[in-house]
Order: sequence, then structure tokens, then C-alpha cells
Amino acid sequence: MSKWQIIACWVTGSLLSLAQVASAETPADSGVEQVRRGEYLARAGNCMGCHTTRGGEPYAGGRKLNTPFGQFVTPNITPDNETGIGRWSGEDFWQALHYGKSRDGRYLYPAFPYTEYTKVTRSDADAIFAYLRSLPPVVQTNPPHKISSPYDNQALLFLWRTQYFKEGVYQSDKSKSDEWNRGKYLVQGLGHCTACHTSRNALGASQDDKLSGGKIMGSYWYAPSLISPLEAGVSEWSVEDIAELLSTGINGHAVTSGPMATIVRQSLQHLSDYDIRSMAVYLQSVGKKQDSAKPRKIPKMPEHVRQYVALGEQVYKEHCQDCHGESGQGVPGIYPPLAGNRNVTMSSPLNTIRSVLYGGYPPATAGNPRPYGMPPYQHFIRDPEIAQVVSYIRNAWGNFGSLVYPDDVDNSRGSEF
Amino acid sequence: MKFFALILLAMISGLAGAVEPASSGIPDTLEERVKPCIICHRDADLIDRDAYFPRIAGKPAGYLYNQLRNFRDGRRFYQPMAILLENMSDEYMREIADYFASLPYVHPQPIVPALSSAETKSVETLMYSGDPERDLPACSACHGEKLMGVQPAIPGLLGLPHAYLAAQFGGWRNGGIMRGQIPDCMSEIAKKLTQEEVNTLVLWLPGLPVSGQPAGADVLTPELAQRCRTVLSGKEMAQ
Repeated sequence: MSKWQIIACWVTGSLLSLAQVASAETPADSGVEQVRRGEYLARAGNCMGCHTTRGGEPYAGGRKLNTPFGQFVTPNITPDNETGIGRWSGEDFWQALHYGKSRDGRYLYPAFPYTEYTKVTRSDADAIFAYLRSLPPVVQTNPPHKISSPYDNQALLFLWRTQYFKEGVYQSDKSKSDEWNRGKYLVQGLGHCTACHTSRNALGASQDDKLSGGKIMGSYWYAPSLISPLEAGVSEWSVEDIAELLSTGINGHAVTSGPMATIVRQSLQHLSDYDIRSMAVYLQSVGKKQDSAKPRKIPKMPEHVRQYVALGEQVYKEHCQDCHGESGQGVPGIYPPLAGNRNVTMSSPLNTIRSVLYGGYPPATAGNPRPYGMPPYQHFIRDPEIAQVVSYIRNAWGNFGSLVYPDDVDNSRGSEF
Repeated sequence: MKFFALILLAMISGLAGAVEPASSGIPDTLEERVKPCIICHRDADLIDRDAYFPRIAGKPAGYLYNQLRNFRDGRRFYQPMAILLENMSDEYMREIADYFASLPYVHPQPIVPALSSAETKSVETLMYSGDPERDLPACSACHGEKLMGVQPAIPGLLGLPHAYLAAQFGGWRNGGIMRGQIPDCMSEIAKKLTQEEVNTLVLWLPGLPVSGQPAGADVLTPELAQRCRTVLSGKEMAQ
């Protein structure tokens, strides 16, 4: 092979990958290519995340989601005729994904995020269906949902839909770049980030599509706002930094934990650079800027608060300082900084308390295959000390957050395990 | 050629742009990476034998790796381990298992149990001869003559706290530890023991001094290897 042949191959390769990006909009593609594309899109939508139990057969369902409305059990979506979607047609699948209607005509519960999936294009839906059809059928009967009355009423579900469900494929905003539009499609549609990063009302409906953050239903974590500069809005980060967090699970500012770490492992780390970058471009654009005209003033601590926080400082020195540093500076890319870390200071202390209680490792990804981790302190520090140390890190080194008490620690316990 | 070299260089530097811990002052070692494990599984706990957490240093690597996967994939139930391992890869857990298997372990002082000579005799019979009438193999037939385990996947029984041993037997007898693994030989065996036998066993074991290494895989008879095949392969799980 001459050098020119090598260059020609390389250039052709790049053109091919551009073509693959473009093919996202191609209506009909050949069998093998369609299945391959469907596999990628199923990753992007993280279908497996819900439709697989821990250690279970991929896509065979059976995972239980506990919500205030009852327990939902995800269905088997492998092509088994009796227990899966073997008898489904492409149209049936589209009805479910786009309109939230099951094959038998019943309305689906919005625990299945069709409120987001409705934005997915027909071509992408067909590709995902083709991929699911290509999987080996798994015979697995899952237990039925246990929905509490009156939420098991189809007529009520119909009413709910008239209020909160807006059907429609994503429409490009011509005033924005292709990247931005692709990013919005992934964030608001297929990737259904909004399913968690939004507050939900008493009827379980997303309050808006604005990624404003909220406690995750059926989980024990808080999904921070992706808009607010006080939470996880990323308008001040570079696109590269955002992309790094999404694809590797960690960057110099932050580390993913809890359900977000799982999303990175299961889904985001497998996405193309183009798609990750597109999501980053979109997320950067929706973040609100810090109001620089009004610098935040940190009031002087009353004496009793100072004393409480000082107790936490002792705990910090004993257990935390080795890794997170004397001034909470951390070691970027290894141990997250706590000074200026919005996950520490945001109004809900839930995630920080849980990190102290249960510890954890960031996801093992291609970009960070051997992560460093946080020890679980639940066996070693009692609730009052955990409350003190969390109060301390929320108020040290220029941080400013509400105080945390032992009850808050106890209320943050729980897991699906 | 220069052009090609430039492209190659650009690609390589692109790769190197990933997380770069070298200049941080944090040691790029497994010892640093397993700090979250060490907070519980530390030598000090073996000295203070009231602690719950088991010794993992020096246990066979295959056993440790299987347990890590079992915790992560929901086959062995222990919430703190499940949360910690949730987003680990197989490759990384293999590395961590090899690391702990290669670590030297401390030799805690045996805690001599207050057992009658009749109790001691009956537990020693179970340990080294089993009870063929109840289809109970000798513990030593699988866990090695020295009870320090057998390569690659059978754990040693020494240097474990009484509380941990008692909890595992309780789990096996009541179905609380392992699920979906068929056959699950320890659960089968534990259910055949009487509660008195279990009580004696978990007192007797911490009374033995810890010494030696796991035995080689060839000490297992084909019959026992078959009976415990899920433990050995760690793969054959029920649907």
C-alpha cells in the first residue's frame, strides 16, 4: 500500500463516518445496516437500562420500578412470540413509542417515557425495532404491574394524556446548527434526559421540558437541573469538558454518581463523538449564566452555626481530607473537588449525603477504565457526624449551602438492592 | 509521508487527551484505587475479631472475582457491595481480585472457643470426614486439607470473623445470600446441617490459626467438582 493509498483510505473512512451521521435521517436502509443502526440507537435510548434486571438476560425485562403510583415491571422486548414482542409489527412498535399505546390498544403508563420517545423519528424507531427483532428470543414471563387504585384506571390515563402528553416527532429549529438540533433530539427525545432531570407533579407529569431538575421517581437520588447555574447547568463549561463528563463519567470539575454513572456506563460511553458533542453543544446552550451583576454575598455565620460546622471540620480532617484536600480542592479527574462543587452546594443535599453513606466508583469507561473511588462511610461514621461533615463541606472554602441534620441523613437512606 | 505522520500524531494525541492522572501526585496504583474496599476489609478488623467484614487478602483470585460479579449482578445479596460495584467492568474487577489474592494477610490470634470435647469432636468429624448418610461431604474435601481454600474459586475458611461466618450460614439456610444459582452447593449443604452444628462450626473455625496458601485445583474429586460446578465456573446460572 502506498502512502497515497493509505491517505485515500483514511479520507474515505472519514467520509463514511460522516455518511453514517447523515444516515440518521435516511428513511429506509438495508437490513444489516438498519439493525446495526438500531443497535446504536437502542444504546442511545438506553432501552436496556430499564428492560433488563440486574444480571438478567438483556432486553428480557422484569426490572421493577417503584413509584408513588405503584410498582411497574418492565416487559420483555425480545422477539419471543409468547412472552416478548415476537408478534409485534413495525406499526405496533411505532404506536407504542410514538403514541404510548400498546399492541392491544391500551394506553401505556408514562413510566415508559413515550412522552419523550414521541420525538423519535419513524426511521429511527424502525431501526430500533429491526434491532430488537434480531435479538435471540428469550422466554421470560415477568410479573404484572402492581398499580395502586385509582391510577390503574384507563379513563384516568386518557385524561392524563390530554393534559400532559404532546405527540409529535422532533422538528428541527432551522435557526440553529445541525449539531444543536441533533443534541436536542438526543437530550429531549431518544435519550429522554428529561425523564429524570425535571420535577414531576403529584400526577407524575414532567412539569416542563426544561431540564429543571427534580427528585427521581422510583429512585433515591436527586437529578440536578441542567439549566440552573446553581446546580448542573453547564453554560460556563467548554463543550469539550461537557463531552468528557458524558463519555468518560468524569472531568476536571465533576464526577458522575448514582443513576447518572449508570447511564454513562450503559449508554453515553458508547455514543459517537459527534453525538456526544451535539448533546454537549445543546446542553451548553440551555444553561443559564451566573448573574455576574449580582455577586453572591455570603452572610456571616451565627456563632451556633459556626460551632456546628466546626464539628464537621474535625470529621473532614479525619476521614475526607486525604483525598479531597485541605481546601477541598480535590484532584481533578481523580477525586472531585468539593470547593465550588455545585453537587455539594445545591439546595438538595441528598446526593452528597448518599455519596458519604454508600461511597461508589465512577463508571469504568473506555476513557477512564480504572476509576478511583469513594469509600462507603455508613459503617464508620454515625448520622450526627455525617450531618456535621456535609454541613461543613457545604459551607467551607467559599461554599454556601443550608445545614444538614441527622434526620436528613436518615431520610437519604434506601436503595433498590 | 509527513502528512500521514501528522495525522497519526493527531490521532495519538487525541487518545492521550483522556483522563491523565500522572501529574496529580496521587499514586497510579491499585492500592490507591481500592481504598474504598480497604475501609472495611482491612487487617485491623482481623485483629478486632468482633468486626463483621471478612478477610479477602490471600483468598483465591477466581473466588474473589466471582463474588465481585455476583454482588454487582444481583446474585449475591449485600447492599453496600452492590452499590459500590454497580458500574465496574469485568476487566477492572478481575484486576482487583488478582490484587487482593496476591496480598499477604495478617495472622490474627485464634480465638479459642468454649466448646465441650463432644462438640469439638463432632465438628471435627464434619470438617474432615463429613457425614455420608446425609450426603454431606467433608468441608476439607472442597476447602482444602488446611481449610485455606482451593484454586481458583473455593474460598478459605480461616481468618474470618465469627459474625461473618454466622451470617453466611444464616443466609444459605434461609435463602438470603445467593439467588438463581443452581445448584448452589453451599446452600444445599447448609440446609442439611442442624442449627447446633452451625453454631458450633462458626465458633470452632475462628479458633484455628491461619497459615498456608490455597491448595491446587487438582485436590478436588470429579464428583465434588461436578456438584459445585457453578461455584467453579461462576457462569452457569439458572434462567
